[in-house]
Amino acid sequence: MPSGAEMVKRAREQITEVDPRAVHDSASNGGAPLIVDVREQNEFDEGHIPGAVHVPRGFLESRIEGAAPDRSERVVLYCAGGVRSALAAKTLQDELGYENVESMTGGITLWKDRGFDVEVPRALTAEQRARYSRHLLLPEIGLEGQLKLLDAKVLLLGAGGLGSPTALYLAAAGVGTIGLVDDDEVDVSNLQRQVIHTTDRVGMPKVDSAEQSVKALNPGVEVMKHATRLDSSNIMEIIEGYDVIVDGVDNFPTRYLLNDASVRLRIPVVSASILGFDGQLSVFAPYDGPCYRCLYPTPPPAELAPSCGANGVLGVLPGTMGLLQATEVIKLVTGAGEPLIGRLVLYDALATTFTDLKVRRDPDCPICSREPGEISDEEMGVFPDYEAFCAAAG
Amino acid sequence: MSVTVKIPTQLRTVTAGDSEASVEDARTVGDVLDGLYERYDGLRERIAEDGDLRRFVNVYVDGEDIRFLDGLETQVEDGDEVTILPAVAGG
Repeated sequence: MPSGAEMVKRAREQITEVDPRAVHDSASNGGAPLIVDVREQNEFDEGHIPGAVHVPRGFLESRIEGAAPDRSERVVLYCAGGVRSALAAKTLQDELGYENVESMTGGITLWKDRGFDVEVPRALTAEQRARYSRHLLLPEIGLEGQLKLLDAKVLLLGAGGLGSPTALYLAAAGVGTIGLVDDDEVDVSNLQRQVIHTTDRVGMPKVDSAEQSVKALNPGVEVMKHATRLDSSNIMEIIEGYDVIVDGVDNFPTRYLLNDASVRLRIPVVSASILGFDGQLSVFAPYDGPCYRCLYPTPPPAELAPSCGANGVLGVLPGTMGLLQATEVIKLVTGAGEPLIGRLVLYDALATTFTDLKVRRDPDCPICSREPGEISDEEMGVFPDYEAFCAAAG
Repeated sequence: MSVTVKIPTQLRTVTAGDSEASVEDARTVGDVLDGLYERYDGLRERIAEDGDLRRFVNVYVDGEDIRFLDGLETQVEDGDEVTILPAVAGG
């Protein structure tokens, strides 16, 4: 049997090696190869070649296809000194059929000695790496997406049926700051669907109960509590600074008010509503797509606008709809996928059908056809017959 | 020639609980709705006013909002799905 040193020597003879200067020059000439760092996580975190993707050698066979799906693409591997990358290059070339793979001589040590730049990434703590490991494994999220989630500020309007699952899963996903707006207290009749609250917290303010659950699930999340009812006097102040707003409120005046304020501040709203066995979901991204008023110019009269308080709702329905909202939030924050902008999904739990409807920007929309600066405080949340509506609704 | 109409929860009190209805021989969305009004007492008053739809009701033909097509004159074809959608605020 050959010694380890002989094996390395033989591998280096059988593969193509490339000097750091050649890698650097081809990168600056625009003909950049895919650069793969095959070192361990802690080594990568201490500094790597800018633009390099990280595939530790121990995971080479299982993960390289995610990083380099095209086997004819030029791939340059590097490690600390050029040994591990030589062995990895031999594996890619001989075992996995990569046609154009090279190992960088001298590794990142020589790269640095040549005076080339090193990027030191913002790193997760060991606890965060373990907690979010299933996100980090997804190319669509990865470290970059997880850092965006950790930096994100998401405001949940309502810590009730829709807000419960949304808050729990966004906390679990690592959304750094979660704001909660709710002036209600936990009632035993909430517990059939509002799973963030518990039986022993009946009577407690919902924002306090929700904070306890969020913190128990993920102590790293900062919770901002707003135990108040949104109105035109406080809404701008409360929602300003948030990246995304999740609308799960239970009444029309607040939905219109929120729409107008979010258009003024250009904050996207992930909106859902539920009744009986049916749910609606859409994303309103001001000026990129329609707003709530483009979809519904006016609310229905009170007799056709039942609330969950007065009418039944299947307990799991807000769970389904709230988690669809949470999914849209994560997509907006990380940039993964196609957000539900300009579309409305209708979910019928009894028939188990999802219906996709198109929502268009209304060129005559009373709010989003104008610039944010043109929308006044006085008209926010107001709609035709507003006073009659509110009187009828009590 | 038949068109399927999806009826939302809020209107099922006047459709005897029907969540879906089939309308035959309709040429336009207006014809489809007339077919429903004949079948269901009280539906017209809920969603229409002075011959037009009330503003809080959206109607879609195969996913497209008729406000951005030809309104009640929007043509329907065999197999089309018409969705009636009022705003909901429950959360």
